[in-house]
Amino acid sequence: MYRAYETSFRNQTLTLKEKFFNISFSYVMFIVILAAIGIVTLYSAANGHWSPWAINQLLRFAMGFVIMIALALTDIKLLMRYAYVFYFLTLILLIVVEVTGHIGMGAQRWINLGFFKLQPSELMKIAMVLVLARYFHTSSLQSIESIKGIIPPLLMALFPAFLIVMQPDLGTSLMLIFTTAGIFFAVGVQLWKFGVLALGALIMMPIAWHFLHEYQQNRVLTFLNPERDPLGAGYHIIQSKIALGSGGVFGKGFLKGTQSHLNFLPEKHTDFIFTMLSEEFGMVGGIAIVILNVLILAYTYSFAFKSSSYFGKLVAIGLATNYFMYVFINIAMVLGLLPVVGIPLPLISYGGTVMLSIMASFGIILSVHINRNVQIGKD
Amino acid sequence: MNRDNDKGKVLIFRSLIMAFGKLVLMFVIIGRLYYLQVYQADRYKTLADENRISTRLLIPPRGVIYDRNQVQIATNKQNFQALIVAEQTPNVQETLDAFKKIMPLSDAEEEKIKKDLKRNRSFVPIKIKDNLTWEEVSRIQLHASDLPGIIIDEGLSRYYPFGEKMAHVLGYVSSVSDKDVKDDPLLEVPGFKIGKSGIEKLFEKDLRGQGGNLKLEVNAYGRIMKEIERNDGIPGKRKDLTIDSRLQEKAFDLFGEESGAAVLLDVHTGEILAFVSAPSFDSNILAQGLNNEEWKALTGNMKKPLSNKAVSGLYSPGSTFKMIVALAGLEAGVIKPDTRSFCAGKMFLGNHAFHCWKKVGHGYLNVVEALQHSCDIFFYETAQKLGIEKIAEMARRFGLGSKINIGLDNEKDGLIPDKEWKLKRFGEPWQQGESLISGIGQGYILTTPLQLATMTARLVNGGYEVKPTFTKLSDDELQNINKINVSKEYLDIIKEGMFAVVNKPGGTAYLSQFDYKGQRMGGKTGTTQVRRISMKERQTGILKESELPWHLRNHALFVGYAPHDNPKYAVAVLVEHGGGGSSVAAPIAGKILRAAIELDPTKEEIK
Repeated sequence: MYRAYETSFRNQTLTLKEKFFNISFSYVMFIVILAAIGIVTLYSAANGHWSPWAINQLLRFAMGFVIMIALALTDIKLLMRYAYVFYFLTLILLIVVEVTGHIGMGAQRWINLGFFKLQPSELMKIAMVLVLARYFHTSSLQSIESIKGIIPPLLMALFPAFLIVMQPDLGTSLMLIFTTAGIFFAVGVQLWKFGVLALGALIMMPIAWHFLHEYQQNRVLTFLNPERDPLGAGYHIIQSKIALGSGGVFGKGFLKGTQSHLNFLPEKHTDFIFTMLSEEFGMVGGIAIVILNVLILAYTYSFAFKSSSYFGKLVAIGLATNYFMYVFINIAMVLGLLPVVGIPLPLISYGGTVMLSIMASFGIILSVHINRNVQIGKD
Repeated sequence: MNRDNDKGKVLIFRSLIMAFGKLVLMFVIIGRLYYLQVYQADRYKTLADENRISTRLLIPPRGVIYDRNQVQIATNKQNFQALIVAEQTPNVQETLDAFKKIMPLSDAEEEKIKKDLKRNRSFVPIKIKDNLTWEEVSRIQLHASDLPGIIIDEGLSRYYPFGEKMAHVLGYVSSVSDKDVKDDPLLEVPGFKIGKSGIEKLFEKDLRGQGGNLKLEVNAYGRIMKEIERNDGIPGKRKDLTIDSRLQEKAFDLFGEESGAAVLLDVHTGEILAFVSAPSFDSNILAQGLNNEEWKALTGNMKKPLSNKAVSGLYSPGSTFKMIVALAGLEAGVIKPDTRSFCAGKMFLGNHAFHCWKKVGHGYLNVVEALQHSCDIFFYETAQKLGIEKIAEMARRFGLGSKINIGLDNEKDGLIPDKEWKLKRFGEPWQQGESLISGIGQGYILTTPLQLATMTARLVNGGYEVKPTFTKLSDDELQNINKINVSKEYLDIIKEGMFAVVNKPGGTAYLSQFDYKGQRMGGKTGTTQVRRISMKERQTGILKESELPWHLRNHALFVGYAPHDNPKYAVAVLVEHGGGGSSVAAPIAGKILRAAIELDPTKEEIK
């Protein structure tokens, strides 16, 4: 049934069935394996119980899987056409969250849809990639290399980043900025401009410091010196390192992680799930996770390179960068290489929004792959 | 179109650089995993175990102390105590405040709790209050929700059924102080108590036993998840003393309000059957800890309840020393068993007058009669002929002048003076007058009641060098008791004199005699002055004892033995400022000896 995509389909529209069989089976398999590992780890995190986490995670993954397939089968031209609409809708949602958040006197990051709490900041990560891909798809290299040409996308990136910082969600905001920077770099913005921006950011830093909430300041300070507060914020990272290190090469065994099960390890089902996994399955388990993620990224890159449209390439690269940010920041954070910024490990950490947004981005990547032969004009 | 081509190439090129960068970062992660999980694994394994394993020392039950008849005289009693575990409460102060509402704590107690909390790690339970009653325990449990971190622990605390009656034998246990040598991790356990005096201190190592270990797995909040390993340790060894609690109780009670000491020995073995120093203190209260007021009451008491007078009290032996002088005289030949000498009530050395206690004199007396009447002149003369050296030498043979080393604190040497000592101590030569004074057990001579009991036992046991002991001697040790080099014949004469003191009319302890199925006691009274009687007072009439303030009254002494025919028990009784040996000390000694004979396990055979 599988039909080679070669030249005969060039410039032709695929049927839904053909599209379905063009979904990269290996790619989906990696995703399923990672999610399965996540669910198993959540089962252990609940001391060998399906509830409350593993079962919910399974349901969300199933939901995410449907979304992924649906997006994979979506026409890439549609994604490009509605990129701006999607971006602005998400921006409005961010503003709504910001406003209701203020009214509620608390740091609210989601919109309650009843069955599901929607975090617009997560949607924004995808919207940002799509909108920038569309922008750069239509602009010339000349324009990209000019200052005038990069001011609109810069503003498109900084405004939501600012809104997310105000929520306050430092981690997501930084991720958005890094992903944006990655896209800017990929499209060919000259390095000296990054230098100027970095310098500007450096100068802004002391000012920005005052705008940071105290707990955010503490997180940064504690990252720089974890012993500063061994019972507070530093406690997390110290216990995480103990859990990891004591796991050794082969780990303490499934359900046998002492640090996690005796509650020395905080947030073991969310941000610190990689630690728990590495405590129970050792370095072998940890490296397996890294390799699976590298494979997913490598496949995504290959999809990008195979895509015949600039939009498709950039979308895949942008989403790959976004995904990489999650994986790297989370693991580096629990390994004590980065401050504890509250970024989950995609597919593994317990959490609905990230699961769904990540599955959606996989769907878009698969769509880029399926539509790799579709040419997209500059209009 | 060219530019578009370039745009695509730039994208591919830049993306490859990024991809490479990402790969490098992934390798950083793998490197970091290697560093943590291989290179530093051992270190973190240790830290993880430190996290999860909490080791607690298990206090072994302290050895029970028994008397010679298997009566428990120091034992362990269940004790409910309230403990606080700092790490199990969000706020220690709040919990303590809540506790205070249920049960008041004094400032001193609270201060001690806080000190203990500071000194120990947060999972170590710290005692808040112990010896809780059932009612208090249930009150705490009722309010348990307001008292996070407070646990009720059922422990063992030392209990002395005989309280103050045995305090100077047993001593007491108390919390480890900074001065104690910490040679055992048990001593670091808060609330652990060690023997601070008496038998409890002497046999501390045996009684303590060996601490056990309890390894617990605890979670991050200090909750115990499971027991990993338990080693109960070794309970303290039981200790059997030679004390007879019935005699001990009887002897202690005989003192009433008086201050003094009594030691009852088995003359053949040196076993201590009763050992009293009065007044006393309650070991139970000291084991619990005293408050300031109680402490002041004990230390401020003129009768010094904390001092063990039987071993630390130094007293002139007075007339109880006369047996030694008589024996030395007989051995040296300066007196003969039947020679009589004359007592005129006083004698002169140079122009210094020496008085007999009986102003009119005793007339002609032999050595037995001199002992019976406790004639001073007879012994002045004997001492004068003997010289101090021979007296001192005899005294030492009978255990005076040096420690016996029964193992209690502050045991004193006493003092048997001689010429060399005087020269060394005062830089002056010995005066003959001092020999005379020594002849009646006054002057420099100092003895402890324990030494006097030892002396008496050796006088009546056929001259064996027994040493008082709280624990039974082995048969081997009993075989190896040295014989004192002294004539049996002379010892019999001394015994005859001591028998006469109690049983012959005119004997100084005639009123204290008893006859229990033909068994009688012998002994010797002693009354020693604690003040100098001036010439003026002698002329105007010596003040009666009852007219003097307590602390100036004479010490009353009696040393005795029973039964006379086949001596088994020896006793020394001292009543501080009690008045006369015959009127105060002899009756007590008589009652103790009689009780000893009545309770003697072999009395049926004697009959």
